[in-house]
Amino acid sequence: MDFAASPEQEAFRLVVREFAAAEIAPHAEEWDRTHSFPVETVHKMGELGLFGLIFPEEYGGAGADLATLCIAIEEIAGVDSSMAITLEAAVGLGANPLHRFGTEEQKARWLPDLVQGRSLAAFGLTEPDGGSDAGDTRTRAERDGDEWVINGAKAFITNSGTEITSLVMVTARTGDGVSVLIVPSGTPGLVVEPAYRKMGWRASDTHGILLDDCRIPAGYLLGEEGHGLRQFLSTLDEGRIAVAALSVGLAAACLSHSVQYARERSAFGRPIGSNQGVAFPIADVQVALEAARLLTYRAAWLRDSGQDFRAAAATAKLFASEAAVDATRIATQVFGGSGFIDETPVSRFYRDAKVLEIGEGTSEILRLVIARNLGLPL
Amino acid sequence: MKIAVCVKQIPDPATPYQLDPETHLVMRPAEQVLDDTDRYGIEVALQLAAATDGTVVLVSMGPAGNLQGIRQALAMGADQAVVVSDPLLQGSGALVTARVLAAAIVREAVDLVIAGTESTDGYTGIVPQQIAEILGLPALTFARKVEHIDGKLRVERQTASGYDVVTSPLPALVSVTSGAVEPRYPTFKGIMQAKQKPVDQPTCADLGIDPGSVGLGGSGQSITAVRPAPARTAGTKIHDEGEAYLEIVKLLEQAKVI
Ligand SMILES: Cc1cc2nc3c(=O)[nH]c(=O)nc-3n(C[C@H](O)[C@H](O)[C@H](O)COP(=O)(O)OP(=O)(O)OC[C@H]3O[C@@H](n4cnc5c(N)ncnc54)[C@H](O)[C@@H]3O)c2cc1C
Repeated sequence: MDFAASPEQEAFRLVVREFAAAEIAPHAEEWDRTHSFPVETVHKMGELGLFGLIFPEEYGGAGADLATLCIAIEEIAGVDSSMAITLEAAVGLGANPLHRFGTEEQKARWLPDLVQGRSLAAFGLTEPDGGSDAGDTRTRAERDGDEWVINGAKAFITNSGTEITSLVMVTARTGDGVSVLIVPSGTPGLVVEPAYRKMGWRASDTHGILLDDCRIPAGYLLGEEGHGLRQFLSTLDEGRIAVAALSVGLAAACLSHSVQYARERSAFGRPIGSNQGVAFPIADVQVALEAARLLTYRAAWLRDSGQDFRAAAATAKLFASEAAVDATRIATQVFGGSGFIDETPVSRFYRDAKVLEIGEGTSEILRLVIARNLGLPL
Repeated sequence: MKIAVCVKQIPDPATPYQLDPETHLVMRPAEQVLDDTDRYGIEVALQLAAATDGTVVLVSMGPAGNLQGIRQALAMGADQAVVVSDPLLQGSGALVTARVLAAAIVREAVDLVIAGTESTDGYTGIVPQQIAEILGLPALTFARKVEHIDGKLRVERQTASGYDVVTSPLPALVSVTSGAVEPRYPTFKGIMQAKQKPVDQPTCADLGIDPGSVGLGGSGQSITAVRPAPARTAGTKIHDEGEAYLEIVKLLEQAKVI
């Protein structure tokens, strides 16, 4: 049994690594400092086929598995979490539910551009009054003739306000159940609030959304009415594996920065890495990284081979995100004062890591999923 | 239009090169990568092929190994490859290389041959011109821009002071400078497709090349010694009293970089 990448996946990993080093790394600090979303770079990621990896060729995708997407996200996260989450959210939360649950008409209309990275889709589940209890959606959609009229608010929605955002899917109460509705950008009544000022992921695009008598055609309901809960829960399961991959990439970057710095930086006349107090925490990062990577690619393999992967995804995301947070804390400590200065990547990594324990299921919610899966009466 | 692009697999430049102590030739591991400078020629070829509904065939000489470098080039979008791989060829000099590549190119009946200006492991910088001579083609060297207009080539040739604009009928050979275009990154789809693309691996015999005319023996040259480059001498210090920039400009002009 192994979760080894194929030679082609390894070749692709090197391409994405080279792309990330050439097209993203040199600008990541500036994008972070100026909170700017680099549309040009997103288009280049699109040309590299990153947004279409897991989608069929008929929509312009590569027909690859989730593990391949994980490899790409991991490599991008090695230099910049903001671009990695832009990709993860665009695919995992945007294009994926549309592809899995959308009607042929909906897919034909929106998927090709999403798959090419020419446009982005967002998924609005979280509301100002609650994210973890996502079933308690307050946003409502009422049927009025051939239209749905949506009222409510969403919070912290990734990719919802970029200049290339083509649509935001929102969960809303329809009758007795919850449904997902597709709201194209520019629809009257869809108000995209100014971007949040964030501690990390500053080059990623995040907005609050208001839906004020927002009218969409009846045909813009995603898949079937009342299936919203099921749709977003299974969307999140796949997304969690991708977020785990992002965490793995971030931890791996912390490890290599830490090793290099601990060998080069001297104190008391010798490399700081010659102290066990510095070297052992770095060894711990290596251990956690390997474990996180195995959990991540095992979850991806379960998903890709059609097996039940819900608890595996929660496990991978929980462990990998906490490993990433630990890795950034250790890396900043190894870097000493430089680790607190904006110009070193590790200080940005430290700020970027925290949200991994929050988005797409907080660590607590993931423990809940895992505990329930064990049959515990939570 | 059918375009041949000369490409080379080289040992990964990130790892130190080993020289054979007897022949002084670079030792070639089974796993070699595409010479980075070849990507520009491939990109030019792919753009011209796309504009003319044409095809691109890669032509290479050297130990095939596991073909990793060739697959990298195919993953960018070239249609097929010919890798002349024969133990007899070991130790061949630039002229023999040009003859072998020319023999492989002739079989493909192409409208245009594209090469880089020099390889990153050999640096002779003369193979493209030699191929052109052998095939009787016009050689348009050091191109920074290549266009296909009304059945003719229009090329901007990089020169020390600027560029020349040259036009040529086809068939022709063009050598492309690094930086001429922005080479595309291979997509995952491209990498998967590269696996299936045809790679022909003819021997000297297949190409009708006389075994006595190739390899160390046939090259009419041998490397007699390899010596380390002399250590750099200390540079010149210019103390700036407000006019140092003039000195620097003069030095840069002497070095022909400005
Ligand atoms: C940068 C960023 C991007 C985001 N992008 C998106 C997006 O694209 N789409 C989207 O829909 N959402 C997005 N989110 C929202 C994110 O998914 C939520 O913030 C997250 O799910 C938590 O919800 P909440 O903030 O409402 O916290 P709450 O649900 O209010 O939770 C607060 C705290 O209480 C804990 N808690 C809650 N219930 C329990 C319980 N039963 N047991 C134990 N502990 C519990 C939580 O774990 C947390 O620690 C994003 C958030 C951020 C910061």
